[in-house]
Amino acid sequence: MSDPAPITLDPRIPEGPLEHKWDTFKQEAKLVAPANRRKYTVVVVGTGLAGASAAASLAEMGYTVKSLCISDSPRRAHSIAAQGGINAAKNYQNDGDSVWRLFYDTIKGGDFRSREANVYRLAQVSASIIDHCAAQGIPFAREYGGTLSNRSFGGAQVSRTFYARGQTGQQLLLGAYGALMRQVDEGNVTLYPRREMLDLVTVDGRARGVVARNLVTGAIERYSGHAVILATGGYSTVFHLSTNAVNSNATAVWRCYKRGALFANPCFTQIHPTCIPQAGDGQSKLTLMSESLRNDGRVWVPKLKGDQRPPAQIPEDERDYYLERLYPSFGNLVPRDIASRRAKEVCDQGRGVGPGGLSVYLDFADAVKRLGEPVIRSRYANLFDMYHEITNENPYQVPMRIYPAPHYTMGGLWVDYHLMSTIPGLFVAGEANFSDHGANRLGASALMQGLADGYFVLPYTIGHYLAGIGPGAVADKDPAFDVAERGVREDVSRMLAVNGSRTVREFWHDLGRIMWNKVGMSRHEKGLSEAIAEIQSLRQEFAKNVRVSGAEGDFNKDLEFAGRVSDYLGLGELMARDALQRRESCGGHFRDESATPEGEALRDDDHFTYVAAWRYRGEGQLPDMQQEPLPFERVHPSQRSYK
Amino acid sequence: MTTNGHTYTLKVWRQPGADRPGRLATYTVTGISPDLSLLEALDVLNEDLIRKGEDPIAFESDCREGICGQCGIVVNGVAHGSKLGCTTCEIRMREFAPGSTITLEPFRATAFPIIKDLVINRSAFDRIIARGGYVSINTGAAPEANAIPVARDLAEKAMDAAACIGCGACVAACPNASASLFVGAKVSQLAVMPQGHAERERRVTRMVAQMDAEGFGNCSNHGECEAVCPKEIPIHVISRMRREYIRASVKSVLG
Ligand SMILES: Cc1cc2nc3c(=O)[nH]c(=O)nc-3n(C[C@H](O)[C@H](O)[C@H](O)COP(=O)(O)OP(=O)(O)OC[C@H]3O[C@@H](n4cnc5c(N)ncnc54)[C@H](O)[C@@H]3O)c2cc1C
Ligand code: FES
Repeated sequence: MSDPAPITLDPRIPEGPLEHKWDTFKQEAKLVAPANRRKYTVVVVGTGLAGASAAASLAEMGYTVKSLCISDSPRRAHSIAAQGGINAAKNYQNDGDSVWRLFYDTIKGGDFRSREANVYRLAQVSASIIDHCAAQGIPFAREYGGTLSNRSFGGAQVSRTFYARGQTGQQLLLGAYGALMRQVDEGNVTLYPRREMLDLVTVDGRARGVVARNLVTGAIERYSGHAVILATGGYSTVFHLSTNAVNSNATAVWRCYKRGALFANPCFTQIHPTCIPQAGDGQSKLTLMSESLRNDGRVWVPKLKGDQRPPAQIPEDERDYYLERLYPSFGNLVPRDIASRRAKEVCDQGRGVGPGGLSVYLDFADAVKRLGEPVIRSRYANLFDMYHEITNENPYQVPMRIYPAPHYTMGGLWVDYHLMSTIPGLFVAGEANFSDHGANRLGASALMQGLADGYFVLPYTIGHYLAGIGPGAVADKDPAFDVAERGVREDVSRMLAVNGSRTVREFWHDLGRIMWNKVGMSRHEKGLSEAIAEIQSLRQEFAKNVRVSGAEGDFNKDLEFAGRVSDYLGLGELMARDALQRRESCGGHFRDESATPEGEALRDDDHFTYVAAWRYRGEGQLPDMQQEPLPFERVHPSQRSYK
Repeated sequence: MTTNGHTYTLKVWRQPGADRPGRLATYTVTGISPDLSLLEALDVLNEDLIRKGEDPIAFESDCREGICGQCGIVVNGVAHGSKLGCTTCEIRMREFAPGSTITLEPFRATAFPIIKDLVINRSAFDRIIARGGYVSINTGAAPEANAIPVARDLAEKAMDAAACIGCGACVAACPNASASLFVGAKVSQLAVMPQGHAERERRVTRMVAQMDAEGFGNCSNHGECEAVCPKEIPIHVISRMRREYIRASVKSVLG
């Protein structure tokens, strides 16, 4: 194949000073008149925070919306599991917060690998999110005077995190779901639950709909529209064991990538420091213990290698509170990437605790002494109970044991300032896009971003797009739908026909092991090259030897997972390739070859201040990488320091 | 698979489709570590069945940590099992004596038709929420968040009710298959929060009407719902719903 023409990635950032860009955009955006909006149909895939908020807001404005999700009800999207909270620059604590500071913390937390304009807008709209969610009747935590409470999260020195007990994601999602269901009632949204999008349909280069499998009947169905929003979440499940829900997957983004949407920074993944360690084989997921615990818990390991004594018998001066020692100003609240890497480091030194030495302590003894058990209980009861339930250990009495686990993916489909991908009419929101978190996401910022995208950004940018294309009819009779549908059917039949000897889960397990060991918390040239070769051979074996049970036209979970694992095998390789080309360390991407003498991530701004956006070039072809340079006009990238 | 785990007998409801007859089938699982969850033990069994060329058991889950409400199995005769305050996915194998028999059946109710094996259709809950389980506010119309203070204990009370995960265990456990705990939880949350006051009469009237239309039974105060609720939603949300309903009826008569 000849060299493909390079694409100029135009982020379409409005002119003018950072503070005015979003206003400028809104002033100049084309509008669709209220009476005309119902003539436009928007297909929204996913009903997490990003999808539900977008679908509801667009329907409120008068657009016709089709909403698809995998679960039986939109309310069950993965967002429901978020525990800790949502950030906003309200400065209710009078502790010096501002839009600028939230913007700066987010850019710095992302290790200067995100786009200034997008992040600034995120900080700007953050306050409106809290206003809107409070107005929805969400029971946020309150002070005695009736005003909203805040807690602090990692990577910030202000308290700007709003929360509803340990169920913030649930409450925010139920708010967005309620708004969505109100629009269903008003006839503006049609729900299609238990549908899995399996392909994107483009007509004349524009996104015009999707093809999905009905997960109850197995029917392959067509959903056409004037624009498509993908809000299908992240891809941490490539690692097999992660904190994500078991149905979280990469299929929608991966198939759009194969249709020509560029995939940005696939190697930027977040390994969360505070998860319950793996207990054994057969485990299906890892459970997160919210980062908010690091407000009161102290992380430590024994100073001595291989110290087998129970924690209570290890005297104070034989403990290493390594985060407090290394980072006196942020202490236990350093950003996630740093906390995870340091945990791995002490375990690699043989100072880890618990079975296999693969965990560190998160100790609440001091906090209980200082504040009393009732206060700790009021803050974290559900988390402590969950921990107790899973491990059979009581964290009020013995320190928790925690270890890092794959949690969030900063990478995702490339989008411009309008949140539109490289395919016109395909918009991407929430964790599925790459936009705002650079190489590392700060805690409580994913909920903020998902809702910012859905409530406050897409309603403007989609209107602008739709006004530009006009409301002409879109038919699902277009031959492009036939082609996509045929492709999906062939894929499904092919997988069922292999009838090999290894199960889907075995392949997933094997891939997860390669990803964790070689494309995980620390990466190097040799390991990454090996990973690529190993994943390729696993993929070949999958094609020849997978065993998928059941039938096409039936409720068939094994078939669903087969499609997802087949896509993970492609995406895993792309992640390794991306990690290989980025010969610098930044945020969650740590290359052993690029570290400061203190072991911190060492960026190489001269060579890598760009977004790596990958283009699919066909089966068996190498993808090619495009660069979007990241010019920093207002902030000066510095070596991150949390000391 | 590890060899040092325990062996269990699983009796599982198998039903190929909504209108097809079902039956309990018996399986043996071996090598099960006490740290595994019940659903993970089912995963292990399914792997076995797939290897043997048999149809795996259809069941559902998503978060596997008790918050999404997607799982839901009647375990040994009790919705979500006999352990208080937990969902099916939170049950660990250490809760069952090694060698014991565990019976797994779907949540049953007329309003929750079976799709396959342990999988049911709970869309009726969505249709109830669509009739009023929200505050009718458009994006962009909200006042400043601190403009409406909410007393701390009220916010806490609202949160107790808002914790509902919509799993349907309350319906499965109720002899009348009533959805009152589910509806009462949402009605109470929004009756407590001042933001929900403007439309409280309309909300309760419409939600209750939809609940009846879906074929859920009436509440006759058995209290089984509260006993199985994984989020321990207090039964007084049902009294609250009744008060709200009476209030709305009186208001509509007196104007
Ligand atoms: C345990 C946990 C705790 C967290 N806590 C916090 C926190 O405290 N604060 C914070 O800010 N962030 C937190 N996060 C991160 C945050 O929850 C997620 O990043 C965010 O909720 C993602 O929202 P989303 O709308 O982008 O996608 P999701 O919520 O993942 O929703 C994806 C949707 O897409 C649908 N879907 C996917 N693929 C398809 C397909 N092919 N066809 C049709 N539908 C499809 C799914 O059914 C679902 O409806 C946490 C994450 C985890 C795992
Ligand atoms: S799987 Fe989510 S509650 Fe059980």
